[in-house]
Amino acid sequence: MYVIIAGCGRVGSGMARQLSAEGHDVVVIDEDPSSFRLLGPLFTGQRIVGAAIDWEVLIEAGIEGTDAFAAVTDGDNTNLVCALIAMRAFEVPCAVARVYDPLRAAAFAKLGVRTVCPTEDARMLMLQQLYACPAGRGE
Amino acid sequence: MFVVIVGAGKVGLNVARSLSQLGHEFILIEQRRSRYELLLEEMQEALLFGDGTEMWVLEEAGIRRADLVVAVTGDDEDNAVIAQLAKHVYGVPKVVGRVNNPANRKTLDLLDVDATVSASSMIISMIEHELPHHQFVPLLSLRRENMELVEIEINEESPAAHLAIADLRLPEGVLLATILRGDAAIVARGSEVLLPGDQVLCLLPPGKEKDLIRALLPGRRPEDVQAEAGRDILGP
Repeated sequence: MYVIIAGCGRVGSGMARQLSAEGHDVVVIDEDPSSFRLLGPLFTGQRIVGAAIDWEVLIEAGIEGTDAFAAVTDGDNTNLVCALIAMRAFEVPCAVARVYDPLRAAAFAKLGVRTVCPTEDARMLMLQQLYACPAGRGE
Repeated sequence: MFVVIVGAGKVGLNVARSLSQLGHEFILIEQRRSRYELLLEEMQEALLFGDGTEMWVLEEAGIRRADLVVAVTGDDEDNAVIAQLAKHVYGVPKVVGRVNNPANRKTLDLLDVDATVSASSMIISMIEHELPHHQFVPLLSLRRENMELVEIEINEESPAAHLAIADLRLPEGVLLATILRGDAAIVARGSEVLLPGDQVLCLLPPGKEKDLIRALLPGRRPEDVQAEAGRDILGP
């Protein structure tokens, strides 16, 4: 599989390392070249310095032939916009955006964007943990 | 008309002031605390503090009843997201978006913004307008109205020179609006005779530029004339 990952933070670099280790073709885009150090020495994919909403950067990354696109920069709006560009301008079959804001994640999911909302996931997981706590200690 | 303006920088503030003078209702959203506090005295309850890409902020501003949303923050991706939310979540009839980096114009066009406003592109057009050797300058594109405004300079060789406007053979759909002659702007009535050196402002549907150039500037290849507009300033 050919995958483009926009944003080389903890999540982006972690996905890139795993996919690369599994033998997939991975391209990582980040505005800050120093972020690529998170990829470690074993990463064999391509690194591109640039803004992920810049069509020329996306084309350089191979967006016209990619199977999948993941937008995990630190900006919700950047992630949504570059996923929309991937879907609508380059017909990428699978584009996923990380969106911290649950309201925006839900709204854009309705508009056809695949979104992952860590806030919503954390809320549910934290609640699960809390529900599992025994009550009645203060009685 | 009720207008929601996101971004109270120079552009947003001046749009708000103009709307206020015209007697329209508006609300201006600003997320920088210092800017908000600076403008509070002038704008009072028409100013809202918050991130205008957050849906609860837009809802507090009353976006559901907005006739127009103006997204003029300094971030193109923010403007794009505001436009998408306005159009597709809140059903706002018209959205105007600011393009900060001209490279992002096609993104805003892709994301259903009705009209994009790019200060840098406009300044480039203005500079071209001032330069003597541009015979054709695209000035404004109104996508929703399917109209473009271009300026074209009449020269001695042009078949339009010394002809009355009523006698011109213009391509279908092209409207000659104004003649700029010296420092004067002349309304393009049918009886008005065009002179070499006149700059005429034409309204036309997109795609008619080449026909217009062929009609008014024969002997020039439309591609060359169009390529000139922009190259001197933007580089090849």
